[in-house]
Amino acid sequence: MEAMNVDLIGAGLVIIGAGIGLGKIGGSAMDAIARQPEAAGKIQTAMIIVAALLEGVAFAALFAV
Amino acid sequence: MKKDNTVKILLAIFLVFFSVNSYAQDHGVEHAENIDTEPHEGPGAINTKEEVTEYIDHHLQDSHYFNFFSDGSIGAHYGFSLPVILWDNGFKVFSAAEFHHGETLANVDGEYYKLYHNKIYKTNAEGDINYDEEGHATNVKPLDFSITKNVLAMLVVSLLMFIMFRGLASSYKNKDIPTGFGRVLEPLVIYVRDDIAKPNIGPKYRKYMGFLLTVFFFILILNLFGLTPLGINVTGNIAVTFCLALITFIIVQFSGNKHYWKHIFWMPGVPVPMKIVLMPIEVLGMITKPFALMIRLFANMTAGHVVVMSLLGLIVVFQNWIAGPAFFGFTLFISIIELLVAFLQAYIFTLLSALYIGMAVEDHDHHPEDHSDDIPVI
Repeated sequence: MEAMNVDLIGAGLVIIGAGIGLGKIGGSAMDAIARQPEAAGKIQTAMIIVAALLEGVAFAALFAV
Repeated sequence: MKKDNTVKILLAIFLVFFSVNSYAQDHGVEHAENIDTEPHEGPGAINTKEEVTEYIDHHLQDSHYFNFFSDGSIGAHYGFSLPVILWDNGFKVFSAAEFHHGETLANVDGEYYKLYHNKIYKTNAEGDINYDEEGHATNVKPLDFSITKNVLAMLVVSLLMFIMFRGLASSYKNKDIPTGFGRVLEPLVIYVRDDIAKPNIGPKYRKYMGFLLTVFFFILILNLFGLTPLGINVTGNIAVTFCLALITFIIVQFSGNKHYWKHIFWMPGVPVPMKIVLMPIEVLGMITKPFALMIRLFANMTAGHVVVMSLLGLIVVFQNWIAGPAFFGFTLFISIIELLVAFLQAYIFTLLSALYIGMAVEDHDHHPEDHSDDIPVI
């Protein structure tokens, strides 16, 4: 039981990390789009790719519990 | 041109893979329970909460019945049974109705089979299930090739795709623009070609278009089917996503040129000790890429289904006039997000597949040093 709680804390930490990362990606993409609105499509694609990769990490942590 | 054929053959075995994979499906579902959103305590919560959890678990699993809805109070199920096909010293085909939802044994040619936790075990005439120390059943499991709910959904989607795209293709014979439903499909096909395949694969994109389009529409339509009240959860099944990712993996490995393999086994431009250190890491990276594809699709769809079902379950748990409309609103909100996720996951899967293929077929002639613009992997 105790071991499981430690697992949950670890998963929580990973998800906090992933959340911070997603926030940074989203924020940077917003900055980039504001700077260069005509490149919005390309920026969005790159953003979605990185976000998806990060999401994979978060889900891996979630399912490893 | 030989590789061209390889891709086509892989596409041909696409369906063969899918018709046999679902017997191995429930491993992921056990894990999925861990992220189950626990409904809060409410009036009379003990029974309904368990029922809600059970209902969600059942929804996430594959099944030998196509259940439209059930009435828990009288134990009635409204739906139809699907055929069971077992390999146990020869094929045995019978209807899942013989199990009566796991309550009775199916007697086929003198052998007894029992449906236990959605799996078929061979038993004696009394239907005893033996357990080992960990509580796992030790009975013989015959190979299950059944047309389960998920397999049926995939067959229906395949047929639907065949009809839709035959219609689209044949409409080009007479006119330059498609007619009817083809007008919805053509922009999507062009989108996959111009925004996914061309920028990521490069000039050799044509021979991978078949795979990319198939996988895009297959995942998209199955995701959208999962949002209907039919209660099918195919892309939230790890066996299905495993096969999809496996096909991507095989295509990437078969399309890899010598630069691709050189970058894996003998990384150019770094000292020899580093080459030796990088080799296992790169080999691991080869496998983690499709692994991430598998987990991403599976986890996204499963999580989406669990959230929607849990929010609906909260209405049952609370049972009052405030919670009902509020959670209905939440469910609607999440469902619309799920609609976005359905498109996004199909897009991501196709995009990353194209990216991995692009990395395998890329020519490294013009840039020996600029790896800075490579898109990060994993």
